[in-house]
Amino acid sequence: MSARTVQRLMMGFYVVLFFGFLFGPLLVMAVTAVNTAQYPQVLPFEGFTLDWFVVLLDDRNLVDGIRNSILIGVFVVLLSVPLGLAGAIVMTQIYDRARSLYYLVVVSPVLTPGIIIGISTVIFWRDVADSIGSESVYSGLFLATLGQSTFISAYCMLIFLSRLQRFDPSQREAALDLGATHTQVFFHILLPFLKPAVFSAALIAFLSSFENYNTTTFAILADKTLTTVLAGRVRQGTTPAISALAVLIIAITLAGAVLYEVLRRIEQRREQGRAKAAAMAERAEVAGGLAPAAALMSS
Amino acid sequence: MTGLRGVLFVGLPVAVILGFWLLARWEYRHGRDSHRQSFVARNGWPVVAFVVAAVGFWALVMIVLPQLYMVDFSFHPKLPPSQRGGPRDVYTLENYRYFLFGSTRSTASWNVTHITAFWLTIAVSMCITVLNFVICYPLAYFMAQVGTGSQVRKLMLLLIIPYWVNELLRAFAFNILFGTSGVLNVILLCTGVIASPIDFIGQDIALYSGLTYAYLLVMMFPLYNALESLDHNQIEAARDLGAPWWHVHLHVVMPFAKPGIASGCTLVFMLCAGALAAPLVLGGPKTLWFTPIVYDRFYQAFNWNQGAAYAIVLLLTCILFVMMVMRVFRVSLSEITR
Repeated sequence: MSARTVQRLMMGFYVVLFFGFLFGPLLVMAVTAVNTAQYPQVLPFEGFTLDWFVVLLDDRNLVDGIRNSILIGVFVVLLSVPLGLAGAIVMTQIYDRARSLYYLVVVSPVLTPGIIIGISTVIFWRDVADSIGSESVYSGLFLATLGQSTFISAYCMLIFLSRLQRFDPSQREAALDLGATHTQVFFHILLPFLKPAVFSAALIAFLSSFENYNTTTFAILADKTLTTVLAGRVRQGTTPAISALAVLIIAITLAGAVLYEVLRRIEQRREQGRAKAAAMAERAEVAGGLAPAAALMSS
Repeated sequence: MTGLRGVLFVGLPVAVILGFWLLARWEYRHGRDSHRQSFVARNGWPVVAFVVAAVGFWALVMIVLPQLYMVDFSFHPKLPPSQRGGPRDVYTLENYRYFLFGSTRSTASWNVTHITAFWLTIAVSMCITVLNFVICYPLAYFMAQVGTGSQVRKLMLLLIIPYWVNELLRAFAFNILFGTSGVLNVILLCTGVIASPIDFIGQDIALYSGLTYAYLLVMMFPLYNALESLDHNQIEAARDLGAPWWHVHLHVVMPFAKPGIASGCTLVFMLCAGALAAPLVLGGPKTLWFTPIVYDRFYQAFNWNQGAAYAIVLLLTCILFVMMVMRVFRVSLSEITR
């Protein structure tokens, strides 16, 4: 055997081990969800059942939790995407002198442990609610939305920033020269350019919110979300019903993740197509024909 | 909120916005770049109003003020609502003293449990960070430099799919694996490797491997992104010049991937040290981990002020770690969070 074959075999072995470690525990959990045994187990496999999934439907707390999780997720999207967009716009235009401080402030939530964001949100808003005498501020749904948006907005901002780096400022100049107002430039040039980033930011925001536990467990107060209900169940003891729930949640998040990936790849391909068309148009222009106009039209 | 605090927390946002505005005016007047337009002229009033309101709310009301308030809060004693702002609401170090020395009624000179848990959390988090790097590096390198296009796309999809699985569920999966009558014990018992079940959870094996598992992919993606942009010719050149394979990695590949390594390490450490789900689900009765202690300050001791102090200890640790990483790897904050 040559050294190269040995190397390739070792690499293959390592890849198998790695993905075994990554998927093994999840597969084991999935098997326990359909095993009739009372305790989550794989061996011996006593028989196939879907009863553990049916048990879930009768669980009122769980249904409430899921409703709240979706509600919070939607609010987080509605809050984080505009905040992230505004944050990114400021980042690209702020004076250099202030940029590093600004960056430090808005990116710090990404590097802060989630429980600290949850704790500080609750402490701060409890006393704000006290001092303005409005108890409605001090509600679990509101605080969970705010707490999660603190760092999810930063995710959104980073997504917008990477897209804005590819923005060609001459588009803005062209629109202004043609008599557009600044507001029109924002709505007709910048926003359409950012559209794919808006979609991915919204999806990432919803997923992050839906699966968040650390911040939510503090910020949610007496209410419950899917993850806090789940945490309570898991701590009480392990039953196959939790495995069934896990399988369901994973299926939902996977659907979201796959959707995101598909959208991203479609967008990438479209972008590449556009770049190719632009390059062709430029080549035609250099060649000196009237072709560029036609090429631009067709792209 | 008492008078002074009220002034601080209303005055600060106003002062910050005024400061930024003055800075902008000054830069505009004295700017070297005479073509530069002012922020308002460039964006138009409606957009400016939206951006300033949004960023002001986010940066100040959501990020800075709660953190500052938590710091202030941690220096106050726990009081019933009626006494807040009263004569007993003074600044005190009591909450931090408790972390170091424990209850005044206890005879031990140090608060051994909490301090041990704290150091153990940091040490284990660091070990897990290094371990995750070691596990991820070969695959990241393979995908970025060796594998063919279609191989990489398939591997990438396999990595993205489990990325979004909730950490509670990961912990639960490990609970099934490692429980006393869990899968691993059943297999080991059946095959006769062991005679009686091993208490993986009580010995913290379950917790440590669960944490390693939970944040594996957080290390993978930054590492891959950094390695991907390395020109393969550099590796070829080093090889042609006779460098052994470990030399290539140590002196060519890793220095290039520094931002990615720094980014992965910071995130994994922060997530590990701040992990709550895994210790709650995989921790045994004697498990020492810092975050459940913080959690208990709130939900068992009902002493929020003390909980805030503990949270700040954790926060400071994370800040120190980020600064250390930036110093060791000589990278900037923007390279870490890319």
